Amino acid sequence: MKIKTNIALSDSGFLFNPSTGDSYSVNPIGQEIIRLFQEHKTMDEVVKQITKEYRIDKDTVEKDLYDFQNMLQSYKLSE
Amino acid sequence: MQYPFDIEAELHSSLYDREVKVKKASKIKTTNKIPLLKSVPKKSISKPKYTIAVTGLNAIDSPGPGISVIRALRDATSFDVRIIGLSYESLEPGIYMHDLVDKTYQVPYPGAGQEVLFDRFAYINSIENIDFLFPNFDAELFNFISLKEKMEMELGIKMVLPTQEQFEARHKVNLFEFGKKNKIKVPFAKMVYSLNEIPAITKEFGFPLVVKGKFYDAKIAYSNDQAMQHFNKISTEWGLPVLIQQFVHGSEVNVCGVGNGKGVTLGAVPMRKLYITDKGKAWAGVTLDDKNLLNTTQSFVKNTKWCGAFELEFIKTADDDYFLIEINPRFPAWCYLTVGAGQNQIESIVNLAMEKKVIPYKEYVVGKMFIRYSYDMIVNMNEFEQISTIGEL
Repeated sequence: MKIKTNIALSDSGFLFNPSTGDSYSVNPIGQEIIRLFQEHKTMDEVVKQITKEYRIDKDTVEKDLYDFQNMLQSYKLSE
Repeated sequence: MQYPFDIEAELHSSLYDREVKVKKASKIKTTNKIPLLKSVPKKSISKPKYTIAVTGLNAIDSPGPGISVIRALRDATSFDVRIIGLSYESLEPGIYMHDLVDKTYQVPYPGAGQEVLFDRFAYINSIENIDFLFPNFDAELFNFISLKEKMEMELGIKMVLPTQEQFEARHKVNLFEFGKKNKIKVPFAKMVYSLNEIPAITKEFGFPLVVKGKFYDAKIAYSNDQAMQHFNKISTEWGLPVLIQQFVHGSEVNVCGVGNGKGVTLGAVPMRKLYITDKGKAWAGVTLDDKNLLNTTQSFVKNTKWCGAFELEFIKTADDDYFLIEINPRFPAWCYLTVGAGQNQIESIVNLAMEKKVIPYKEYVVGKMFIRYSYDMIVNMNEFEQISTIGEL
């Protein structure tokens, strides 16, 4: 998934879309996932990274990531 | 483009640098014999001082642009200003803002006619020697455009305004044709002169639709009865015709800009309203990074050779389509945001009139916000008395 290049994400988890003027709050995991997407990591790589860092099974991460991805798409934050 | 987070980072680093420098400086031992600081003679930078008259001092819940224009003028770096406020009513808040407005004169309503208006300006000018005038209301522009040459020739008062043709072409009642000519999408609209015409139009457009006054006001109608109610209210306040416009779903995005009259855009800043009052006015907004909107603005200025300030109001649909819903031939009340974002478009207009070199702004800060507020001033009765009776304060 490719996050739009002009999206600004601060360390506090504040996300601003300069094309629409909308702003959002992202929790630390969401923030980490967006950062990984910004580093052009694939879905599999993101799942691998999250399961490595947190005590959580792969299926749950995949399901949550899929939901999160849909959310980013519906808010037009991804390309 | 610059982004807000980049700015924060820059600010932090400069503060850090300053701290380091202070620490280093404190270690230096000083003697009385060697002066560490020598006074350097200042280079005198002479700036012109202009007397600028401004209307639209009604900083109320549906604010006129006057106070924002004045703040921008006071922020100008290329000239100093003396501000002459021009008011229509004694309770316009700007009259009493003495830190912004040096002196205020009441002026006649547009309906009084151009001769009365010119005579009043001749009187004000005999005292103030005005260099430049910023009319800020749609309703007064017709008179000022008509008087532009006379005011400059006989009184030496300059203005930068659209031509009468540009002013008429962008009028709400002509906007649909204007869009067709300039290849800009505009919602379908029809002019209505009587209640009887409404049912046929609502049948054609469907609901909801927008009922608009020829100068101000717009209301959404969801039924025939509501459309008729809005028609009655708006026509009583703003006269005929009333405009009935197709409703376009989406979010409102606006552009504040300046054209030099030769097809060049001197500045343009797009903004989205974040907080809208019940009168549809922005109470907060944010600058956008929207290249489509900037391209549309530039082609609007190029095609029309627009002269002066403007505000373009668009609806951006979910499919990223833009529909032009209004062109205001003046600065909007939120124009001070353009200064905050790095474009003092107001200063550019004055310099354009004064035949100074004006370099078009190419950049602005994205993500810069404005948040409006209201404020209760305490005013002595004698000031209110003076503006009400003598017409000057």
